[in-house]
Amino acid sequence: MTLVFTPRPGSAPLTSMVAAQARMEARLLLRNGEQLLLALVIPVLVLVGLQQADGLLDLGPGRRIDVLTPGVLALVVLSTGFTSVAISTGFERRHGLLKRLGATPLPRSALLAGKVGAVLIVEAFQLTLISAIALGLGWQPRGGVQALLSVVGLVLAGTAAFVGLALLMAGTLRADTTLAAANLVYLLLLAGGGVIVPFDRYPASVQPVMELLPTGALAEGLRDVLDGAAVGLGHVAILLAWTVVAATLAARTFRWE
Amino acid sequence: MGAACPVSARILRLGTVSSPAVEVEDLVLTYGSIRAVDRLTFEVAAGSVTAVVGPNGAGKTTTMETCEGYRQPHGGRVRVLGADPRRDAARLRPRVGVLLQSGGAWSGVRAVEMLRHIASLHAHPLDIPALVERLGLGSCGRTPYRSLSGGEQRRLGLAMAVVGRPELVFLDEPTAGLDPQARHGTWDLVQELRSSGVTVVLTTHYMDEAERLADTVHVIDSGRLVASGSPSELMAHGAERTVRFWAPAGLDRISLRAALPEGSRVDEPLPGSYVVRGHVDPHLLAALTAWCAANGVLAEGLAVERRTLEDVFLDLTGRELRP
Repeated sequence: MTLVFTPRPGSAPLTSMVAAQARMEARLLLRNGEQLLLALVIPVLVLVGLQQADGLLDLGPGRRIDVLTPGVLALVVLSTGFTSVAISTGFERRHGLLKRLGATPLPRSALLAGKVGAVLIVEAFQLTLISAIALGLGWQPRGGVQALLSVVGLVLAGTAAFVGLALLMAGTLRADTTLAAANLVYLLLLAGGGVIVPFDRYPASVQPVMELLPTGALAEGLRDVLDGAAVGLGHVAILLAWTVVAATLAARTFRWE
Repeated sequence: MGAACPVSARILRLGTVSSPAVEVEDLVLTYGSIRAVDRLTFEVAAGSVTAVVGPNGAGKTTTMETCEGYRQPHGGRVRVLGADPRRDAARLRPRVGVLLQSGGAWSGVRAVEMLRHIASLHAHPLDIPALVERLGLGSCGRTPYRSLSGGEQRRLGLAMAVVGRPELVFLDEPTAGLDPQARHGTWDLVQELRSSGVTVVLTTHYMDEAERLADTVHVIDSGRLVASGSPSELMAHGAERTVRFWAPAGLDRISLRAALPEGSRVDEPLPGSYVVRGHVDPHLLAALTAWCAANGVLAEGLAVERRTLEDVFLDLTGRELRP
Protein backbone atom coordinates (compact mmCIF):
# COMPACT_ATOMS: atom_id res chain seq x y z
CA MET A 1 0.00 0.00 0.00
CA THR A 2 1.32 3.45 -0.86
CA LEU A 3 1.34 6.34 1.55
CA VAL A 4 -1.15 9.10 0.87
CA PHE A 5 -0.39 12.14 2.98
CA THR A 6 -3.24 14.24 1.61
CA PRO A 7 -4.96 15.58 4.74
CA ARG A 8 -7.87 13.56 6.02
CA PRO A 9 -8.01 14.41 9.70
CA GLY A 10 -10.50 12.98 12.16
CA SER A 11 -10.82 11.50 15.64
CA ALA A 12 -11.59 7.87 16.31
CA PRO A 13 -14.92 7.36 18.16
CA LEU A 14 -14.61 8.16 21.88
CA THR A 15 -15.36 4.62 23.02
CA SER A 16 -12.70 3.10 20.81
CA MET A 17 -10.16 5.69 22.01
CA VAL A 18 -10.92 4.78 25.64
CA ALA A 19 -10.69 1.08 24.84
CA ALA A 20 -7.39 1.54 22.98
CA GLN A 21 -5.95 3.54 25.86
CA ALA A 22 -7.10 0.97 28.45
CA ARG A 23 -5.67 -1.96 26.48
CA MET A 24 -2.38 -0.17 25.94
CA GLU A 25 -1.95 0.81 29.59
CA ALA A 26 -2.95 -2.65 30.82
CA ARG A 27 -0.38 -4.26 28.50
CA LEU A 28 2.32 -1.94 29.79
CA LEU A 29 1.38 -2.55 33.44
CA LEU A 30 1.56 -6.30 32.94
CA ARG A 31 4.85 -6.04 31.04
CA ASN A 32 6.63 -4.10 33.78
CA GLY A 33 8.55 -6.48 36.04
CA GLU A 34 8.68 -4.30 39.15
CA GLN A 35 5.00 -3.55 38.92
CA LEU A 36 4.25 -7.24 38.55
CA LEU A 37 6.24 -7.97 41.71
CA LEU A 38 4.10 -5.47 43.53
CA ALA A 39 0.92 -6.63 41.88
CA LEU A 40 1.22 -10.40 42.24
CA VAL A 41 4.31 -11.72 44.01
CA ILE A 42 3.87 -9.76 47.24
CA PRO A 43 0.12 -10.51 47.63
CA VAL A 44 0.70 -14.21 46.91
CA LEU A 45 3.59 -14.32 49.41
CA VAL A 46 1.46 -12.58 52.04
CA LEU A 47 -1.42 -14.99 51.42
CA VAL A 48 0.60 -18.21 51.40
CA GLY A 49 3.16 -17.08 53.97
CA LEU A 50 0.73 -15.92 56.62
CA GLN A 51 -1.51 -18.90 56.03
CA GLN A 52 1.41 -21.23 56.77
CA ALA A 53 3.05 -19.21 59.57
CA ASP A 54 0.34 -19.76 62.10
CA GLY A 55 1.96 -18.39 65.22
CA LEU A 56 3.56 -15.37 63.50
CA LEU A 57 0.60 -13.01 63.38
CA ASP A 58 -2.60 -13.14 65.39
CA LEU A 59 -5.51 -12.67 63.00
CA GLY A 60 -8.16 -13.24 65.65
CA PRO A 61 -11.07 -15.64 65.65
CA GLY A 62 -12.32 -17.49 62.58
CA ARG A 63 -10.54 -19.73 60.06
CA ARG A 64 -7.24 -18.18 59.25
CA ILE A 65 -7.58 -18.34 55.43
CA ASP A 66 -11.08 -16.82 55.59
CA VAL A 67 -9.77 -13.82 57.52
CA LEU A 68 -6.65 -13.50 55.42
CA THR A 69 -8.07 -13.67 51.87
CA PRO A 70 -10.32 -10.54 51.86
CA GLY A 71 -7.36 -8.54 53.22
CA VAL A 72 -5.09 -9.78 50.43
CA LEU A 73 -7.77 -8.88 47.86
CA ALA A 74 -7.80 -5.36 49.33
CA LEU A 75 -3.99 -5.31 49.15
CA VAL A 76 -4.18 -6.07 45.43
CA VAL A 77 -6.53 -3.13 44.87
CA LEU A 78 -4.15 -0.89 46.84
CA SER A 79 -1.07 -2.01 44.93
CA THR A 80 -2.57 -1.69 41.46
CA GLY A 81 -5.01 1.20 42.01
CA PHE A 82 -2.63 3.35 44.00
CA THR A 83 1.03 2.34 43.82
CA SER A 84 1.21 1.19 40.19
CA VAL A 85 -0.86 4.09 38.89
CA ALA A 86 1.10 6.67 40.88
CA ILE A 87 4.47 5.39 39.70
CA SER A 88 3.52 4.86 36.07
CA THR A 89 1.74 8.22 35.83
CA GLY A 90 4.73 9.97 37.41
CA PHE A 91 7.01 8.58 34.72
CA GLU A 92 4.48 9.24 31.97
CA ARG A 93 4.64 12.85 33.03
CA ARG A 94 8.43 12.93 33.09
CA HIS A 95 8.79 11.25 29.71
CA GLY A 96 6.47 13.72 28.03
CA LEU A 97 3.94 11.00 27.24
CA LEU A 98 1.06 12.87 28.87
CA LYS A 99 2.14 16.00 27.04
CA ARG A 100 2.29 14.15 23.72
CA LEU A 101 -1.11 12.51 24.24
CA GLY A 102 -2.42 16.01 24.90
CA ALA A 103 -1.73 16.75 21.23
CA THR A 104 -3.73 13.74 20.00
CA PRO A 105 -7.53 13.58 19.65
CA LEU A 106 -7.68 11.73 23.01
CA PRO A 107 -9.49 14.02 25.50
CA ARG A 108 -8.20 14.20 29.08
CA SER A 109 -11.36 12.54 30.35
CA ALA A 110 -10.84 9.63 27.96
CA LEU A 111 -7.23 9.33 29.12
CA LEU A 112 -8.42 9.02 32.73
CA ALA A 113 -11.16 6.59 31.75
CA GLY A 114 -8.59 4.51 29.91
CA LYS A 115 -6.32 4.52 32.95
CA VAL A 116 -9.13 3.32 35.22
CA GLY A 117 -10.10 0.73 32.62
CA ALA A 118 -6.51 -0.58 32.54
CA VAL A 119 -6.47 -0.84 36.33
CA LEU A 120 -9.76 -2.77 36.30
CA ILE A 121 -8.46 -5.16 33.63
CA VAL A 122 -5.31 -5.87 35.64
CA GLU A 123 -7.26 -6.16 38.90
CA ALA A 124 -9.63 -8.67 37.33
CA PHE A 125 -6.63 -10.91 36.53
CA GLN A 126 -5.10 -10.44 39.97
CA LEU A 127 -8.29 -10.93 41.97
CA THR A 128 -9.15 -14.06 40.02
CA LEU A 129 -5.70 -15.53 40.55
CA ILE A 130 -5.55 -14.70 44.27
CA SER A 131 -9.07 -16.11 44.77
CA ALA A 132 -8.10 -19.30 42.98
CA ILE A 133 -5.00 -19.74 45.17
CA ALA A 134 -7.03 -18.98 48.30
CA LEU A 135 -9.71 -21.49 47.31
CA GLY A 136 -6.94 -24.03 46.83
CA LEU A 137 -5.78 -23.27 50.37
CA GLY A 138 -9.27 -23.96 51.71
CA TRP A 139 -10.91 -20.52 51.61
CA GLN A 140 -14.68 -20.73 52.08
CA PRO A 141 -16.25 -17.39 51.13
CA ARG A 142 -19.83 -16.92 52.29
CA GLY A 143 -22.70 -14.85 51.01
CA GLY A 144 -23.02 -16.30 47.47
CA VAL A 145 -23.92 -14.03 44.56
CA GLN A 146 -24.87 -11.20 46.91
CA ALA A 147 -21.33 -11.20 48.32
CA LEU A 148 -19.81 -11.31 44.85
CA LEU A 149 -21.79 -8.23 43.77
CA SER A 150 -20.82 -6.44 46.97
CA VAL A 151 -17.15 -7.29 46.33
CA VAL A 152 -17.40 -5.82 42.83
CA GLY A 153 -18.99 -2.65 44.25
CA LEU A 154 -16.38 -2.28 46.98
CA VAL A 155 -13.51 -2.93 44.54
CA LEU A 156 -14.87 -0.26 42.17
CA ALA A 157 -15.24 2.28 45.00
CA GLY A 158 -11.80 1.40 46.38
CA THR A 159 -10.19 1.62 42.94
CA ALA A 160 -11.73 5.04 42.35
CA ALA A 161 -10.38 6.32 45.67
CA PHE A 162 -6.89 4.88 45.14
CA VAL A 163 -6.57 6.07 41.53
CA GLY A 164 -7.66 9.54 42.68
CA LEU A 165 -4.97 9.54 45.37
CA ALA A 166 -2.38 8.18 42.92
CA LEU A 167 -3.09 10.98 40.43
CA LEU A 168 -2.97 13.56 43.21
CA MET A 169 0.54 12.35 44.09
CA ALA A 170 1.83 11.79 40.54
CA GLY A 171 0.45 15.07 39.25
CA THR A 172 2.29 17.22 41.75
CA LEU A 173 5.50 15.45 42.82
CA ARG A 174 8.54 14.64 40.66
CA ALA A 175 8.68 11.14 39.19
CA ASP A 176 11.44 9.82 41.50
CA THR A 177 9.76 11.33 44.54
CA THR A 178 6.52 9.69 43.49
CA LEU A 179 8.30 6.36 43.09
CA ALA A 180 9.68 6.53 46.62
CA ALA A 181 6.58 8.02 48.24
CA ALA A 182 4.15 5.60 46.59
CA ASN A 183 6.15 2.60 47.79
CA LEU A 184 6.47 4.07 51.28
CA VAL A 185 2.73 4.73 51.52
CA TYR A 186 2.09 1.18 50.31
CA LEU A 187 4.31 -0.31 53.02
CA LEU A 188 2.86 1.91 55.74
CA LEU A 189 -0.69 1.04 54.79
CA LEU A 190 0.18 -2.64 54.44
CA ALA A 191 1.54 -2.62 58.01
CA GLY A 192 -0.77 -0.21 59.72
CA GLY A 193 -3.70 0.45 57.42
CA GLY A 194 -5.98 -2.32 58.62
CA VAL A 195 -5.45 -4.23 55.38
CA ILE A 196 -4.38 -7.70 56.48
CA VAL A 197 -4.99 -7.70 60.21
CA PRO A 198 -8.61 -7.08 61.25
CA PHE A 199 -9.37 -3.91 63.20
CA ASP A 200 -10.20 -5.66 66.46
CA ARG A 201 -6.62 -6.92 66.73
CA TYR A 202 -5.37 -3.31 66.93
CA PRO A 203 -5.45 -1.17 70.09
CA ALA A 204 -8.88 0.40 70.64
CA SER A 205 -7.44 3.91 70.39
CA VAL A 206 -6.33 3.55 66.76
CA GLN A 207 -9.36 1.66 65.50
CA PRO A 208 -11.46 4.77 64.66
CA VAL A 209 -8.56 6.18 62.59
CA MET A 210 -8.23 2.93 60.71
CA GLU A 211 -11.87 2.87 59.83
CA LEU A 212 -11.43 6.24 58.15
CA LEU A 213 -8.51 5.10 56.00
CA PRO A 214 -9.44 3.96 52.48
CA THR A 215 -7.48 0.74 53.03
CA GLY A 216 -9.29 0.05 56.30
CA ALA A 217 -12.71 0.77 54.83
CA LEU A 218 -12.07 -1.45 51.79
CA ALA A 219 -10.50 -4.38 53.67
CA GLU A 220 -13.00 -4.39 56.51
CA GLY A 221 -15.83 -4.05 53.99
CA LEU A 222 -14.52 -7.06 52.05
CA ARG A 223 -14.08 -9.11 55.25
CA ASP A 224 -17.69 -8.33 56.24
CA VAL A 225 -19.33 -9.20 52.91
CA LEU A 226 -17.25 -12.35 52.38
CA ASP A 227 -18.32 -13.43 55.85
CA GLY A 228 -21.93 -13.26 54.65
CA ALA A 229 -22.84 -9.81 56.03
CA ALA A 230 -24.53 -7.06 54.00
CA VAL A 231 -22.24 -4.40 52.54
CA GLY A 232 -21.50 -1.72 55.13
CA LEU A 233 -22.71 1.64 53.88
CA GLY A 234 -20.24 3.36 56.17
CA HIS A 235 -17.34 1.72 54.35
CA VAL A 236 -18.72 2.66 50.95
CA ALA A 237 -19.32 6.24 52.13
CA ILE A 238 -15.72 6.54 53.36
CA LEU A 239 -14.36 5.28 50.02
CA LEU A 240 -16.57 7.67 48.07
CA ALA A 241 -15.54 10.57 50.29
CA TRP A 242 -11.86 9.79 49.61
CA THR A 243 -12.65 9.61 45.89
CA VAL A 244 -14.35 13.01 45.84
CA VAL A 245 -11.63 14.73 47.86
CA ALA A 246 -8.73 13.16 45.94
CA ALA A 247 -10.30 13.69 42.52
CA THR A 248 -11.14 17.31 43.28
CA LEU A 249 -7.65 18.09 44.53
CA ALA A 250 -6.01 16.17 41.68
CA ALA A 251 -8.10 18.00 39.09
CA ARG A 252 -6.93 21.30 40.55
CA THR A 253 -3.28 20.51 41.05
CA PHE A 254 -2.42 18.02 38.31
CA ARG A 255 0.39 19.21 36.06
CA TRP A 256 0.54 17.41 32.73
CA GLU A 257 4.21 18.31 32.14
CA MET B 1 10.43 24.04 -5.56
CA GLY B 2 6.83 25.14 -6.09
CA ALA B 3 6.68 24.10 -9.73
CA ALA B 4 6.54 20.41 -8.91
CA CYS B 5 3.25 20.60 -6.99
CA PRO B 6 0.45 18.31 -8.11
CA VAL B 7 -2.68 20.07 -9.26
CA SER B 8 -4.76 19.06 -6.25
CA ALA B 9 -2.31 20.66 -3.86
CA ARG B 10 -2.27 23.85 -5.88
CA ILE B 11 -6.04 24.12 -5.84
CA LEU B 12 -6.00 23.60 -2.11
CA ARG B 13 -3.50 26.40 -1.77
CA LEU B 14 -5.46 28.75 -3.97
CA GLY B 15 -8.56 28.04 -1.94
CA THR B 16 -6.87 28.98 1.31
CA VAL B 17 -4.71 31.76 0.05
CA SER B 18 -6.61 34.37 2.03
CA SER B 19 -6.37 32.60 5.38
CA PRO B 20 -2.93 31.72 6.72
CA ALA B 21 -2.53 28.36 8.49
CA VAL B 22 -0.87 30.03 11.46
CA GLU B 23 -1.01 33.64 12.62
CA VAL B 24 1.21 34.82 15.42
CA GLU B 25 0.54 38.40 16.41
CA ASP B 26 2.46 40.41 19.02
CA LEU B 27 3.05 37.20 20.96
CA VAL B 28 4.60 37.61 24.41
CA LEU B 29 5.62 34.80 26.77
CA THR B 30 7.58 35.30 29.94
CA TYR B 31 9.29 32.94 32.36
CA GLY B 32 9.57 34.90 35.59
CA SER B 33 11.34 38.11 34.59
CA ILE B 34 12.65 36.71 31.29
CA ARG B 35 10.79 37.47 28.10
CA ALA B 36 11.20 34.25 26.14
CA VAL B 37 9.05 35.59 23.31
CA ASP B 38 8.89 39.32 22.83
CA ARG B 39 6.15 40.74 20.58
CA LEU B 40 6.67 38.15 17.89
CA THR B 41 4.60 38.47 14.73
CA PHE B 42 4.61 36.20 11.71
CA GLU B 43 2.33 34.19 9.46
CA VAL B 44 2.51 30.78 7.90
CA ALA B 45 0.90 30.43 4.48
CA ALA B 46 -1.31 27.38 4.08
CA GLY B 47 0.40 24.62 2.14
CA SER B 48 3.88 26.03 2.65
CA VAL B 49 6.94 24.86 4.52
CA THR B 50 8.07 27.41 7.08
CA ALA B 51 11.30 27.17 9.03
CA VAL B 52 11.72 28.97 12.34
CA VAL B 53 15.43 29.33 12.99
CA GLY B 54 17.37 30.92 15.81
CA PRO B 55 20.09 30.22 18.36
CA ASN B 56 19.42 28.15 21.48
CA GLY B 57 17.09 29.98 23.82
CA ALA B 58 15.74 32.21 21.06
CA GLY B 59 12.16 31.21 21.88
CA LYS B 60 11.55 28.75 19.03
CA THR B 61 10.18 25.90 21.14
CA THR B 62 8.14 28.26 23.31
CA THR B 63 6.55 29.69 20.17
CA MET B 64 5.85 26.23 18.74
CA GLU B 65 4.33 25.06 22.02
CA THR B 66 2.07 28.09 22.14
CA CYS B 67 0.84 27.27 18.64
CA GLU B 68 0.32 23.66 19.78
CA GLY B 69 -1.90 24.89 22.63
CA TYR B 70 0.46 23.95 25.47
CA ARG B 71 1.00 27.52 26.63
CA GLN B 72 -1.28 30.45 27.23
CA PRO B 73 0.16 33.62 25.66
CA HIS B 74 0.94 36.37 28.17
CA GLY B 75 0.29 38.90 25.45
CA GLY B 76 -0.79 38.99 21.82
CA ARG B 77 -2.56 36.13 20.15
CA VAL B 78 -2.10 33.00 18.11
CA ARG B 79 -4.51 31.53 15.58
CA VAL B 80 -4.04 28.06 14.16
CA LEU B 81 -6.19 27.03 11.18
CA GLY B 82 -8.36 30.03 12.08
CA ALA B 83 -8.97 28.82 15.65
CA ASP B 84 -7.64 29.46 19.13
CA PRO B 85 -5.19 26.65 20.00
CA ARG B 86 -6.38 26.47 23.62
CA ARG B 87 -10.07 27.30 23.46
CA ASP B 88 -10.69 25.24 20.34
CA ALA B 89 -8.18 22.51 21.24
CA ALA B 90 -10.66 19.66 20.89
CA ARG B 91 -11.46 20.64 17.31
CA LEU B 92 -7.85 21.33 16.36
CA ARG B 93 -6.16 18.23 17.80
CA PRO B 94 -7.18 15.81 15.02
CA ARG B 95 -6.12 18.36 12.40
CA VAL B 96 -2.68 19.19 13.75
CA GLY B 97 0.29 16.82 14.01
CA VAL B 98 3.03 17.44 16.55
CA LEU B 99 6.65 16.35 16.98
CA LEU B 100 7.88 17.46 20.41
CA GLN B 101 11.49 18.47 20.91
CA SER B 102 12.02 15.34 23.01
CA GLY B 103 10.20 12.42 24.61
CA GLY B 104 6.55 11.72 24.09
CA ALA B 105 6.29 7.95 24.58
CA TRP B 106 6.14 5.36 27.37
CA SER B 107 9.63 4.15 28.15
CA GLY B 108 8.63 0.49 27.85
CA VAL B 109 6.47 0.74 24.74
CA ARG B 110 7.70 -0.86 21.52
CA ALA B 111 8.25 1.52 18.62
CA VAL B 112 5.57 0.22 16.28
CA GLU B 113 3.19 -0.43 19.18
CA MET B 114 3.41 3.28 20.06
CA LEU B 115 2.77 4.27 16.46
CA ARG B 116 -0.23 1.94 16.25
CA HIS B 117 -1.61 3.40 19.45
CA ILE B 118 -1.46 6.97 18.13
CA ALA B 119 -2.99 5.74 14.86
CA SER B 120 -5.87 4.13 16.78
CA LEU B 121 -6.88 7.56 18.10
CA HIS B 122 -7.49 8.84 14.56
CA ALA B 123 -10.31 8.18 12.11
CA HIS B 124 -8.29 7.71 8.90
CA PRO B 125 -4.71 6.92 9.88
CA LEU B 126 -1.95 6.17 7.39
CA ASP B 127 -1.10 2.58 6.56
CA ILE B 128 1.24 1.56 9.39
CA PRO B 129 3.47 -0.98 7.58
CA ALA B 130 4.04 1.49 4.73
CA LEU B 131 4.86 4.33 7.14
CA VAL B 132 7.17 2.08 9.16
CA GLU B 133 9.02 1.10 6.03
CA ARG B 134 9.15 4.65 4.75
CA LEU B 135 10.79 5.93 7.92
CA GLY B 136 13.08 2.92 8.31
CA LEU B 137 11.53 1.81 11.60
CA GLY B 138 11.20 -1.83 10.58
CA SER B 139 14.39 -3.06 12.19
CA CYS B 140 13.61 -1.42 15.55
CA GLY B 141 9.85 -2.02 15.48
CA ARG B 142 9.87 -4.29 18.55
CA THR B 143 12.51 -2.34 20.47
CA PRO B 144 11.31 -0.58 23.63
CA TYR B 145 11.32 3.21 23.31
CA ARG B 146 14.01 3.66 25.98
CA SER B 147 16.42 1.46 23.96
CA LEU B 148 15.93 3.28 20.65
CA SER B 149 18.76 5.50 19.45
CA GLY B 150 18.17 9.24 19.40
CA GLY B 151 17.68 9.11 15.64
CA GLU B 152 15.18 6.27 15.88
CA GLN B 153 13.22 8.15 18.55
CA ARG B 154 13.15 11.18 16.25
CA ARG B 155 11.91 9.14 13.29
CA LEU B 156 9.24 7.47 15.41
CA GLY B 157 8.14 10.90 16.63
CA LEU B 158 7.91 12.07 13.05
CA ALA B 159 5.79 9.05 12.14
CA MET B 160 3.53 9.80 15.13
CA ALA B 161 3.17 13.41 13.94
CA VAL B 162 1.92 12.49 10.47
CA VAL B 163 0.07 9.19 11.08
CA GLY B 164 -3.30 10.90 11.66
CA ARG B 165 -3.20 12.63 8.24
CA PRO B 166 -3.15 16.16 9.63
CA GLU B 167 -3.56 19.41 7.69
CA LEU B 168 -0.75 21.07 9.59
CA VAL B 169 2.31 19.68 11.35
CA PHE B 170 4.61 21.34 13.87
CA LEU B 171 8.02 19.65 13.85
CA ASP B 172 10.40 20.81 16.57
CA GLU B 173 13.92 19.94 15.38
CA PRO B 174 12.89 16.99 13.21
CA THR B 175 16.45 16.13 12.15
CA ALA B 176 18.35 16.66 15.42
CA GLY B 177 20.61 13.67 15.95
CA LEU B 178 19.84 12.01 12.63
CA ASP B 179 22.51 10.48 10.41
CA PRO B 180 22.81 11.91 6.88
CA GLN B 181 20.64 9.18 5.33
CA ALA B 182 17.84 9.70 7.83
CA ARG B 183 18.17 13.45 7.43
CA HIS B 184 17.68 13.19 3.68
CA GLY B 185 14.77 10.81 4.27
CA THR B 186 13.16 13.39 6.54
CA TRP B 187 13.69 16.13 3.95
CA ASP B 188 12.01 13.98 1.31
CA LEU B 189 9.10 13.37 3.67
CA VAL B 190 8.68 17.10 4.37
CA GLN B 191 8.68 17.81 0.65
CA GLU B 192 6.13 15.08 0.07
CA LEU B 193 3.91 16.45 2.83
CA ARG B 194 4.09 19.85 1.19
CA SER B 195 3.20 18.54 -2.24
CA SER B 196 0.26 16.68 -0.66
CA GLY B 197 -1.09 19.97 0.67
CA VAL B 198 0.08 19.63 4.28
CA THR B 199 1.38 22.82 5.90
CA VAL B 200 4.68 22.26 7.68
CA VAL B 201 6.20 24.45 10.39
CA LEU B 202 9.59 23.27 11.59
CA THR B 203 12.42 24.54 13.73
CA THR B 204 16.02 23.77 12.96
CA HIS B 205 19.58 24.67 13.77
CA TYR B 206 20.77 23.60 10.36
CA MET B 207 20.73 26.46 7.88
CA ASP B 208 21.26 24.17 4.91
CA GLU B 209 18.06 22.42 5.97
CA ALA B 210 16.09 25.67 6.11
CA GLU B 211 17.62 26.79 2.80
CA ARG B 212 16.70 23.54 1.15
CA LEU B 213 13.23 22.91 2.54
CA ALA B 214 11.56 26.14 3.46
CA ASP B 215 9.44 28.43 1.36
CA THR B 216 9.72 30.97 4.15
CA VAL B 217 12.29 31.35 6.90
CA HIS B 218 11.70 33.32 10.09
CA VAL B 219 14.86 34.14 11.99
CA ILE B 220 14.22 34.82 15.67
CA ASP B 221 16.65 35.86 18.35
CA SER B 222 15.95 36.69 21.99
CA GLY B 223 12.26 36.15 21.32
CA ARG B 224 12.13 38.73 18.54
CA LEU B 225 11.75 38.34 14.81
CA VAL B 226 14.95 39.62 13.23
CA ALA B 227 14.35 38.64 9.61
CA SER B 228 11.77 36.93 7.42
CA GLY B 229 11.63 35.89 3.83
CA SER B 230 12.32 33.16 1.35
CA PRO B 231 15.84 31.72 1.59
CA SER B 232 16.85 33.54 -1.60
CA GLU B 233 15.44 36.84 -0.35
CA LEU B 234 17.30 36.45 2.91
CA MET B 235 20.52 35.59 1.13
CA ALA B 236 20.14 38.54 -1.20
CA HIS B 237 19.31 40.86 1.67
CA GLY B 238 22.17 43.32 2.11
CA ALA B 239 24.38 40.69 0.59
CA GLU B 240 27.55 41.19 -1.24
CA ARG B 241 29.12 38.18 -2.75
CA THR B 242 32.77 37.76 -1.87
CA VAL B 243 35.87 36.97 -3.85
CA ARG B 244 38.62 35.05 -2.12
CA PHE B 245 42.14 34.36 -3.33
CA TRP B 246 45.58 33.49 -2.08
CA ALA B 247 48.63 35.58 -2.94
CA PRO B 248 51.89 36.61 -1.25
CA ALA B 249 51.27 38.23 2.13
CA GLY B 250 51.33 42.01 2.49
CA LEU B 251 49.98 43.15 -0.90
CA ASP B 252 49.28 46.85 -1.22
CA ARG B 253 45.58 46.74 -0.41
CA ILE B 254 45.10 50.48 -0.78
CA SER B 255 46.33 50.33 -4.34
CA LEU B 256 44.16 47.31 -5.06
CA ARG B 257 41.05 48.92 -3.63
CA ALA B 258 41.64 52.02 -5.74
CA ALA B 259 41.64 49.82 -8.83
CA LEU B 260 38.30 48.23 -7.93
CA PRO B 261 34.80 49.70 -8.38
CA GLU B 262 33.55 52.22 -5.83
CA GLY B 263 32.45 50.68 -2.50
CA SER B 264 34.63 47.61 -2.65
CA ARG B 265 36.56 46.44 0.40
CA VAL B 266 39.71 44.37 0.59
CA ASP B 267 40.66 42.45 3.73
CA GLU B 268 43.53 40.15 4.58
CA PRO B 269 42.13 38.11 7.48
CA LEU B 270 45.12 35.75 7.43
CA PRO B 271 48.53 36.56 5.93
CA GLY B 272 48.24 35.80 2.22
CA SER B 273 44.48 35.20 2.29
CA TYR B 274 42.47 37.98 0.69
CA VAL B 275 38.74 38.68 0.75
CA VAL B 276 37.15 41.24 -1.55
CA ARG B 277 33.63 42.39 -0.67
CA GLY B 278 31.44 44.69 -2.67
CA HIS B 279 29.25 44.57 -5.72
CA VAL B 280 30.83 41.46 -7.15
CA ASP B 281 30.23 41.36 -10.89
CA PRO B 282 32.31 40.59 -13.98
CA HIS B 283 33.74 44.13 -14.01
CA LEU B 284 35.06 43.79 -10.48
CA LEU B 285 36.59 40.45 -11.36
CA ALA B 286 38.19 41.95 -14.48
CA ALA B 287 39.54 44.92 -12.54
CA LEU B 288 40.91 42.59 -9.86
CA THR B 289 42.73 40.31 -12.29
CA ALA B 290 44.00 43.34 -14.27
CA TRP B 291 45.50 44.80 -11.09
CA CYS B 292 47.11 41.43 -10.33
CA ALA B 293 48.56 41.25 -13.86
CA ALA B 294 49.90 44.81 -13.61
CA ASN B 295 51.54 44.03 -10.26
CA GLY B 296 52.85 40.57 -11.17
CA VAL B 297 50.64 38.84 -8.60
CA LEU B 298 49.39 35.30 -9.24
CA ALA B 299 46.05 35.00 -7.45
CA GLU B 300 45.67 31.37 -6.48
CA GLY B 301 42.43 29.63 -5.59
CA LEU B 302 40.45 32.59 -6.84
CA ALA B 303 36.77 31.97 -6.05
CA VAL B 304 33.57 33.94 -6.17
CA GLU B 305 31.50 32.89 -3.18
CA ARG B 306 27.81 33.23 -2.65
CA ARG B 307 26.60 34.04 0.83
CA THR B 308 24.89 31.08 2.45
CA LEU B 309 21.91 31.26 4.72
CA GLU B 310 24.30 30.37 7.51
CA ASP B 311 26.30 33.55 6.86
CA VAL B 312 23.07 35.57 6.97
CA PHE B 313 22.05 33.81 10.17
CA LEU B 314 25.37 34.50 11.85
CA ASP B 315 25.33 38.12 10.69
CA LEU B 316 21.84 38.54 12.15
CA THR B 317 22.31 36.71 15.43
CA GLY B 318 25.99 37.27 16.09
CA ARG B 319 28.91 34.88 16.10
CA GLU B 320 29.63 34.63 19.80
CA LEU B 321 28.77 31.37 21.56
CA ARG B 322 25.46 31.29 23.36
CA PRO B 323 25.33 30.25 26.98
